[in-house]
Amino acid sequence: MANAMEIYQLLPKTNCKKCGKSSCMAFAAALLSRENKLDECTPMLEEEKYSENYTKLKGLISPAEEASETGMIVHEELCIGCGNCVVACPVNVAEDPKGAGSGNAPTNERVILKVEDGVVRLSNVEDCRRFGENKILCSGCIVTCPTKAIEFV
Amino acid sequence: MEREYHVCTGCALLCDDIELREEENKTIIDSACRKGVAWIKNCQHPLECTVDAKDATSQDAIEKAAEILKSAKNPLIFGMGNSSLKAQEKAIELAKKSNACIDDTSSFCQGPFVEAILNDKIKSCTLDEVRDKADVIVYWGCDPSNSHPRHLSKYSYFPRGRMRQRGWEEDRTAIAIDVRKSDTAIICEDNFYRIPPKADAEFARALTEALSGKVPKVTFGMKPKEILELANVLKKAEFGVIFAGLGLVYSMHDLSPMEDLLEALNKKTDFHLMPMVGQYNMRGFNHTLFDQTGYINRVSFDGEDIGHGPQYSVVEVLKEKRVDAALIIGSDPLSSLPGSIAANLKEIPTIVIDPCKTFTSQIANVTIPSAVTGVECKGEAIRMDGVKVELTQMRKSDKMADADIIEKIMEAI
Repeated sequence: MANAMEIYQLLPKTNCKKCGKSSCMAFAAALLSRENKLDECTPMLEEEKYSENYTKLKGLISPAEEASETGMIVHEELCIGCGNCVVACPVNVAEDPKGAGSGNAPTNERVILKVEDGVVRLSNVEDCRRFGENKILCSGCIVTCPTKAIEFV
Repeated sequence: MEREYHVCTGCALLCDDIELREEENKTIIDSACRKGVAWIKNCQHPLECTVDAKDATSQDAIEKAAEILKSAKNPLIFGMGNSSLKAQEKAIELAKKSNACIDDTSSFCQGPFVEAILNDKIKSCTLDEVRDKADVIVYWGCDPSNSHPRHLSKYSYFPRGRMRQRGWEEDRTAIAIDVRKSDTAIICEDNFYRIPPKADAEFARALTEALSGKVPKVTFGMKPKEILELANVLKKAEFGVIFAGLGLVYSMHDLSPMEDLLEALNKKTDFHLMPMVGQYNMRGFNHTLFDQTGYINRVSFDGEDIGHGPQYSVVEVLKEKRVDAALIIGSDPLSSLPGSIAANLKEIPTIVIDPCKTFTSQIANVTIPSAVTGVECKGEAIRMDGVKVELTQMRKSDKMADADIIEKIMEAI
C-alpha cells in the first residue's frame, strides 16, 4: 500500500485548496484515510497535463477502496488461514475466551475475525479497536501474521 | 444448538474443530487452514481404477493386485501415512501373509525421534499439555507456519491455556533455531538463532555445555554470550518443549546430542521434545508396527524371524532391487525419493491405492481409488503427539476405504 508521500508526489502540488483541504499534502493524507475521494481534486480531472498522474493515482489508491471501515485489507492470495490473528485479536479473546481465544473454532457470532474456507474474514467491524472516533492503533493481527497478509490503510 | 465438529486430516495436527455449512449450494469449511481446505475439498485429479493403464472394475483391479502379490517372492508394502489405523493393521497383516518388506515415510523422515520416544529415550508430551502449560517453545529446524499452519495458533504459541492465561505476549517465549529466517522465525523476532547447515549437533552440544556452566564454543560465528543467554532462557522454563523438524533430523548422524541436551535440561527443569510429523497418521503406523514387532519401520517378514534394519528401508530395497513387486498405499515415492531409486519401481509390477493421481500412479500396473479417511470415510488416527483421535465422515462417497481394499486383496490371495 502506498504512503502519503508517494500520493503527494503525484498530486498537482499547487495547494489550490479547491478540494477543501489546506494543502496537497493534507489532501494526500485524507485520500489515504478515505476521508476524501480522488475526484474531489478538480484540477486533476480538468487539466490535460495531470491525466497521466491521475491514472497512476487511481491505481495506487484502489486497494484502499476495498478496505473495511477500519481500513483493514486482507490479501487473500497471501493468507494461509493459520488463524494466528484470530487467537491474538484482543476483541476475540474478550468475546470468546474458550473458543477463538484458546485457539479453537469460534463458539459465538460476536468475534471479529474468523477463518472461512482457509482465508480470514472480518465481521462485526464496529467492535474492532481501530473503529470509530476513539480508535487505537491495535496491531495484534498484523504482528502475528507470518505472511503479512493483513494491512491497515 | 449443539455444534458438530469434524477432524481435518490435512496434516498430523488433526485439528478437531472443523465445521461445515451449506451456503448458496456451496459447502463452506470453517476454521480449517488453507492446507486443510485444499485437502478436504476434492482432489483435482481423482485416481481412476485401472489395470495395465486400461479402465477396469474395482473387482478386477483387486484380483489383479492379489495375483501380483501372490506371485511375488518378496514384495514391498510402502506408505500408509495417510491411512487409518485399521488400514495400517490390515497392511501389516498383508505383509506377514505375503512375506513382504514393510516400510513407511518415517524411515527417511521423523522415524528416529518417534523411535526414541517409543523406547522412552526422549521425554515427550501432548499438544494439549503444550497449550495448557508450555512457557518456552523452541521450533528447531521446522517451519510450522508453512508445514502445520495452525500449530502456533491452536496449540503452541498464541492460545491461552489453563496455566498460561495471559497468552503469548506475556506468558510464552517462542524461539526459532534454523538455517534460514523462516515465517515462524519472523514471528519469534529476536529469539531467532541462525545456524549454518549441518551445525545442529554442534549447537546442541554447545547448549549442553552452557547448561552445565561451561563456556560454550562453536566453530561458526555465534558468540558464547548468545548461547549462554539462550541456555538461560531454556533453564528458567517451567514447562519447555522442542518441536523438532526435518532440518534437525537430517543434519544429525544420531540423536545423542539431543538426548544429552534433554537430559541436561531435565536436570534443571521440565523439558520435552516432539517431532513435527507431516502425514496425518505416520505416527499411527509407527505405533501399530511397534506394538506388533517392536520396531517402528523397515521390517521384513520374509523368513521365520522378523528382519529389521536399514537394509529393509524403502530406499535400500529399491536401490538394490531386492523386491519383486510393490504395493504403494497413499504415498508418492516417485516424487519423494531420489529419481534414480524410485525409477526402479518401473521395473517391477506396482499397485497404487490412493484417492488422487500421483506420479507413482502413472507408472503403476494396477491403480485402485480409495476414499480420503476423515473426509469420505470414518477411521482412527494418531496425532503427532501420540494421542488417538476419532475421524468422522464429512461427505458421502461411493469409494472404498483403504482398509476395505486391503482386506479384499487379502481375501483374494
